[in-house]
Amino acid sequence: MRYIDPHIHMVSRSTDDYQRMALAGCIAVTEPAFWAGYDRSSAQGFFDYFRLLTEVEPRRAAQYGIQHFTWLCINPKEADDPGFAREVIKIIPEFLKCPTVLGIGEIGLNKNTKNELTILEEQIELAANHDQLILVHTPHLEDKRKGTLLIMDALQNQGQIDPGRVLIDHVEEHTVELVLDRGFWAGMTLYPDTKCTPQRAADIIEVYGNERIWMNSAGDWGPSDPLAVPKARLEMTRRGHSSASIDKVTLENPQDFLSQSPRFQLTESP
Amino acid sequence: MSQESYSCPKNRADVIDAYFLEHRAKLIDLAAFLDRVDRAKPESEEADCRMVAMKKALQVLLAPGPFRARRVQEVFSDYGRDLPDSTEGMKGAIGAPTGEKA
Ligand SMILES: [Zn+2]
Repeated sequence: MRYIDPHIHMVSRSTDDYQRMALAGCIAVTEPAFWAGYDRSSAQGFFDYFRLLTEVEPRRAAQYGIQHFTWLCINPKEADDPGFAREVIKIIPEFLKCPTVLGIGEIGLNKNTKNELTILEEQIELAANHDQLILVHTPHLEDKRKGTLLIMDALQNQGQIDPGRVLIDHVEEHTVELVLDRGFWAGMTLYPDTKCTPQRAADIIEVYGNERIWMNSAGDWGPSDPLAVPKARLEMTRRGHSSASIDKVTLENPQDFLSQSPRFQLTESP
Repeated sequence: MSQESYSCPKNRADVIDAYFLEHRAKLIDLAAFLDRVDRAKPESEEADCRMVAMKKALQVLLAPGPFRARRVQEVFSDYGRDLPDSTEGMKGAIGAPTGEKA
């Protein structure tokens, strides 16, 4: 059994987690830049974080045979101060040259403010100018539906973004169809409390199909589970889904989306 | 449900066998939570918007038709149109739209 966890924050996880993931069949992870649980005090803080993502994590993952790729941006939670956010955006282009960077992400909205939207639009522009894939964070709880719609409008208003090169993450039952109908890819985040459980992710696949959709653990510093993807595979097995359809959502779909970046090359073909 | 919408590979009895006890327990948890709220002295006359939304969501469960999970999610969603300038002074998400009235 092999799988890809396409959204996990390994900077917040221990090396033991890499080992457990490798034992469970993980062959590759992609790690978007995110809010690390505290606000960074300067753009330099992001410079160091981007070095962690592009230099340190790929080495740590490689020890367990896991390939590590990454996405760069200023996350929506720290993007509410546009002056600060623009200082961070300035340092991103030099890191886009790194061989494991797949695109811009996870950009999006947190509390659906005008400031967040301004910086989202500027980062969509950055992605368009550098021909990068985009990974989108959608807000949580009551803010998700409204934020998802605002984000999709911003992506479409830019005019040059191909929705097939954008993955909108953290979809749930009330947003998955909105995302797929507009031609974007959808990601389901398996999270113990506030997002989607493995059971509900399997339900969503049964209701909305298995095209242009993946699942991820989004494992981070909060209550989260780096083994959430293999657990969702187990849930689908328990229900009698075929191994081909389980592989599709946990291996082939991530590979299809991510391979749109020439940098995403698996060393071992699945 | 039409034949082609039977997209869960298990048959119905097997699904109930597999999941009933877990969800029975969750329903009792919810009942106990509602009792617990009632036992706590309210600080104001006004109903908490989260509890108002939860009671609306419970009605969705009893209404016929598919997509219950989506409709419950919609009850807990903000349908407001205005955008605040910044997060200054804002609280984090609470799980239900503010201003939800009984
Ligand atoms: Zn994330």
